[in-house]
Amino acid sequence: MDITRKDVEHIATLSMLNLNEEEIEGYTKDLQNIVSFAEQIQEVNTENVAESAFALDAYNVFRKDEVKESFNRDLLMQNAPSSNGVQYQLPPVIVD
Amino acid sequence: MNITKLTAHEIRDGYKNKAFTVKDVVEAFYKNIDEKDGDIKAYITLCKDNALKEADEKQSIIDGAISNGTFDELPLLYAIPIAIKDNMNTLGVKTTCASKMLENFVSPYDATVIKKIKEEGAIILGKVNMDEFAMGGSCENSAFFATKNPYDLTRVPGGSSGGSSAAVAGDLAPIALGSDTGGSIREPASLCGIVGLKPTYGLVSRYGLVAFASSLDQIGPMSKDVKDAAILLNAIVGHDEMDSTSANIEKKDYTKALINDVKGIRIGIPKEFYGEGLQEEVRVALEKAKDKYKELGAEIVEVSLPFTKYALPTYYVLACAEASSNLGRFDGIRYGYRTQNYESLKDIYKNSRSEGFGKEVKRRILLGTYVLSAGYYDAYYKKAQKVRTAIKEGFDKVFTECDVILTPTCPTTAWKIGAKTENPLEMYLMDLYTVPVNIAGIPGISIPCGKDNDGMPIGMQLLAKHFNEEVLLRTAYTYEMNKEV
Repeated sequence: MDITRKDVEHIATLSMLNLNEEEIEGYTKDLQNIVSFAEQIQEVNTENVAESAFALDAYNVFRKDEVKESFNRDLLMQNAPSSNGVQYQLPPVIVD
Repeated sequence: MNITKLTAHEIRDGYKNKAFTVKDVVEAFYKNIDEKDGDIKAYITLCKDNALKEADEKQSIIDGAISNGTFDELPLLYAIPIAIKDNMNTLGVKTTCASKMLENFVSPYDATVIKKIKEEGAIILGKVNMDEFAMGGSCENSAFFATKNPYDLTRVPGGSSGGSSAAVAGDLAPIALGSDTGGSIREPASLCGIVGLKPTYGLVSRYGLVAFASSLDQIGPMSKDVKDAAILLNAIVGHDEMDSTSANIEKKDYTKALINDVKGIRIGIPKEFYGEGLQEEVRVALEKAKDKYKELGAEIVEVSLPFTKYALPTYYVLACAEASSNLGRFDGIRYGYRTQNYESLKDIYKNSRSEGFGKEVKRRILLGTYVLSAGYYDAYYKKAQKVRTAIKEGFDKVFTECDVILTPTCPTTAWKIGAKTENPLEMYLMDLYTVPVNIAGIPGISIPCGKDNDGMPIGMQLLAKHFNEEVLLRTAYTYEMNKEV
């Protein structure tokens, strides 16, 4: 599998990352190496093998829908890069 | 007596015998940190004021308990100092993940493990360094500074829990918590000559651990000896409804597994773990450990784990896929770094992420996004999920032939800082023996088993079936009690 710089530009867009020229070049090479390495898994015969999402069996883990004490809003808002104390502040999302 | 050289259980004995006070202990560690951490660079944040305050409060409780004969009822971690890897949320303290993205993030809550060790009465000395978002095996990927190996300051301490391993090995904390996604507790423990235990997936709650790869991450103890690992494990295990993958099983007392006897225990030697790339001194040390176990009455059996070579490529597909998804939450809106350079909302997302994440983190986000993207999902992600099943079943089969598996923890001893930073694959290969364990979800422990010709520590890894931490601790403890120093 060949990774091209166009692939890297595409996945950077999907990942919400800007990459400069040097980074595109570097990551194209790195991803090419890593994906070629990952290619080995194709050798494993997985016919009739089920996928596992993680190592243990656990399905439909629910807890009761109860009102409980939640986070302290002031403490949460203190970490906001920009807020009025009770709301996060952003640039306009819809512009004409 | 040098207090900072003591284990947690020895510190407890000292409290009981009135050999020293809690304040003596806490001050001794901060004095050592003052003197040595300028070189080792394990700590990102110190919690000194709070620790000293707690020391006084806890001393009066201890005094009271001694005078009315109830000292033995105090929890085993009571007034024991501890270092915490900086990816575990700690109320009111910065949790940076060693990333510019979270450089100023102050946790609004305690992770479940933090809550538990606080309930036990442990005293948090501070938060320690790591590879950014736990991505790396050398601690060089920290956005702030590289941590050094206390055995040789020109070498890496391992990673990603390199701050934890260096703090314990450098006598800057008696015990520490680390997290392990592909070897991040065991590999740094091996490189720094300490004990590191990755519990069975699901044994310890991940609630409040900043997520890297949720299907693989586990928190575990790092310590100077096996007994401390058992004590710290006791404190952090247990079902937690805040983590839906937390196992609902009966709580055990792991200190009961500290039995100096391996007679009848079948130790499996998987040939796939002793192949190319293994440093000769590590091979020799493992050979000696095997002979020691035989001498102590264990039965040595040759076993085979044919899927071992596929574990690492599987790991990089699964871990990066999950990381790319988990790290999607960093958007510069609710918490974390926000760029100064924006006009639109999309600028905030893109520029904050591009400026806030380091090189390795971006590399893994890109790789993860690639393997999850249209056209590649089936070939990589889905395929890797199937290989995960095959790897897991491989271990299940081997555990019908033996009780414990013995392998090296890391192919080499600690390398020079900067030696493996150019080629990411070369660094990834250091996880060769540790990643299969996370993929299978089984427990693993690394304990020291000698030194190489340069005096750098060698670690051996013991593995067991799901939720069989007792046999690991017993096998590790027996070796520790009987090894020739």
